[in-house]
Amino acid sequence: MSINVQAVTKDFGDFTALDNVSLDVRDGSLTALLGPSGGGKSTLLRVIAGLEEPDAGRVLISGEDATAEPARKRGVGFVFQHYAAFKHMTVRDNVAFGLKIRKRSRDEIRAKVDELLDLVHLEGFAKRYPAQLSGGQRQRMALARALAVEPRVLLLDEPFGALDATVRKELRAWLRRLHDEVNVTTIFVTHDQEEAMEVAEQIVVLNHGKIEQVGAPRDLYEMPTNEFVMSFVGPVNRLGDGLVRPHDLVLSRDAGLGGIEAMVSRVVHLGFEVRVELTLSDSSPLSAQITREEADELELHAGDIVYVRSERPRVFSPHQS
Amino acid sequence: MAKYALRVTALSYLGLLIALPVGYVFYKAFEHGFATAREAVTTPVAQHAFWLTVEMVAIAVPLNTIFGVVCALVLVRQSFRGKALLNAAIDLPFAVSPVVIGLALILVYGRKGWFGDWLLDHGIQVIFSVPGMVLATIFVSLPFVVREVMPVLREIGTEQEQAAQTLGASSLQTFFRVTLPAIRWGVAYGVVLTTARALGEFGAVSIVSGKLAGQTETLTLHVENRFQAFDLTGAYAAAVVLGLMAIATLLAINLLKPKEGVR
Amino acid sequence: MAAVVSKSTDGGWAGFSHAVSNPQAVGALKLTIVASFVVVAINAVTGTLVAWVLVRDEFPGKGIVNSLIDLPFALPTIVAGLTLLALYGPRGPVGADLAFTRASVVLALLFVTLPFVVRTVQPVLLELDRDMEQAAESLGATRFTVFRRIILPSLRPAIFAGSALGFARAVGEFGSLVLLTGNIPFKTQAASVFIFSQVESDNAAGAAAVSVVLLAISLVVLLVIGWLSTRSG
Repeated sequence: MSINVQAVTKDFGDFTALDNVSLDVRDGSLTALLGPSGGGKSTLLRVIAGLEEPDAGRVLISGEDATAEPARKRGVGFVFQHYAAFKHMTVRDNVAFGLKIRKRSRDEIRAKVDELLDLVHLEGFAKRYPAQLSGGQRQRMALARALAVEPRVLLLDEPFGALDATVRKELRAWLRRLHDEVNVTTIFVTHDQEEAMEVAEQIVVLNHGKIEQVGAPRDLYEMPTNEFVMSFVGPVNRLGDGLVRPHDLVLSRDAGLGGIEAMVSRVVHLGFEVRVELTLSDSSPLSAQITREEADELELHAGDIVYVRSERPRVFSPHQS
Repeated sequence: MAKYALRVTALSYLGLLIALPVGYVFYKAFEHGFATAREAVTTPVAQHAFWLTVEMVAIAVPLNTIFGVVCALVLVRQSFRGKALLNAAIDLPFAVSPVVIGLALILVYGRKGWFGDWLLDHGIQVIFSVPGMVLATIFVSLPFVVREVMPVLREIGTEQEQAAQTLGASSLQTFFRVTLPAIRWGVAYGVVLTTARALGEFGAVSIVSGKLAGQTETLTLHVENRFQAFDLTGAYAAAVVLGLMAIATLLAINLLKPKEGVR
Repeated sequence: MAAVVSKSTDGGWAGFSHAVSNPQAVGALKLTIVASFVVVAINAVTGTLVAWVLVRDEFPGKGIVNSLIDLPFALPTIVAGLTLLALYGPRGPVGADLAFTRASVVLALLFVTLPFVVRTVQPVLLELDRDMEQAAESLGATRFTVFRRIILPSLRPAIFAGSALGFARAVGEFGSLVLLTGNIPFKTQAASVFIFSQVESDNAAGAAAVSVVLLAISLVVLLVIGWLSTRSG
């Protein structure tokens, strides 16, 4: 089911959370809403879900105007950052909740719940209570619960934010696989650009209530439309007027190739890549990323003088940043 | 050494102030034998007093529970003008002496009171009869459920309810399937406290009831009545009945308290 | 319904001041206020002591003692008065006859206000971080100093809160005083009992006037205690 957000504005008192935001989400896609805290991404998600009412604009689900509809009529599945598990119900009852509300038959419910618990790998946990599960397991339960009612859209609000780094990585991959299998339109919110880049087909970058850019991960990385997007989506260096990616910096000992003079302050070996921290003559820092081979060739040590060229500096006209 | 001194002091204080007096009354009640005590407590007047007390509790507690849950929901989940006032008003029964509450009721519903004449014209007698006492009991035991449920509501937050909404539940379904079970220990504890307070109410009912034995005398008033009539055994026996009810309440309190922590 | 209480000053301003300056009324008010303060002061100490023993000490039957604290809360006030009268009144086995004395007022109020300070201090004591105390001891402080300078300040807000609740309760207490104190005007008649007798003698206006004063006083004290506790906390 496709989602269209049209010119949505949402204020909380003096604070404008969403400023005339418009967005199209294709049926069956996996989209990330990415941005810093307070940027409006959670608000947008909740407006789509019907948990918040916009002050202006419309939300269409599958072409139908859903703006006036309450959350429970929209057919959205929502997964919260802190799971929102029904603490007093077992895992089975949690997952079955939506089905019980819709008064499905006992057999139907049982079958569906078993199927979902299998899907999320919580087969043996049906009789347990949320308090007895780990964070990752609780979130998987929350997902199963949301999927039980066969939502038209699956919305996840920082779903892995409360989990350990390892569990987060596991669940990211798992979400991707799940989406491939189930194929429901999915939108998730994150402030972690790595997560967005890894999981999503399409990323929407939000800042201060406005959409900065929409595109596939690669497009955002290679062709950012402004400084904010570029610096949010990956590491950057400021070189004069523009921004350069660390791996777009070329170091050499030869002053003749034209480059800026810089002193090596630190060489960090990160496995197969090497990060070279440099200081320019005006004391501003630079961070370059080179391959092991390049590092071996240059034989860099702290204190060395090298010359820095940028392959692809990006300069954005003032009104874009 | 200091530890023992502290312990002994604390325990003696408690013993002298609480344990001994209460234990003594139990002893005195049965001093002349179990049969005598039982007789004293099963006189028609005493029985009437007992059942009247039970009746008032049976009315006041459910009403206050429903009111309490609704009020807690409103105070925690909504904002509106006058909310602070409502909040303070809930605490009023705590701050006001029972006799003042009785006085207030008389002033409003009594013969010369605000609504009093109108009510009497319609044949409804509030003061010096059971309805007034029920009102008094409701008022003094009002805050407990509200105050116990509010922090629980705050702690569980709104996410579970929002989740239920996204899963298709209506407000009513959400309330009964999600909210209520989540707050049940707070409600239970509040109900126990409400019951204890309603059982033990004396001052307000004393003023409002007119103390007509056999008609408007609760068990607490009965204790006083027997004492003033120099029927000590009767007074002690009735006190024991109330005391047993209090101990039952205590047990309930202690069963419910740890549960809050387990949550 | 609650708003009625504030409207209960019939009789106009003159009637109000006359009723309140009546010497018997003044005596009753004084007794109640003084007794309540005394009780609050005692409770601050004993309540903390009891809470301390319950939290820091271990002994058989501690659970029962803990439950006992709630008894004044659960027990009807008239029964409380009766029990104290039985034990400490005339014909009591202890030989003390406190009935009809001012001490009886204090005794009854101590009974009913016992749980307040204990129950507000207990959870704070439980949550207290022992590291601070141990650090102080390792620096050479005696147990008493540790208590005074480290533990007590943390407890102060809770003690104040419990005292405020206790004071409000003490000022309005009625049931336990009725039998025990004997209702002797000027000597052992507490404000609540005075109000009661005024109502019985059909002097509603006078009763209302004194009620308002009582309310005002307890309100003021509660505000002061609240202010003091935020200052120290």
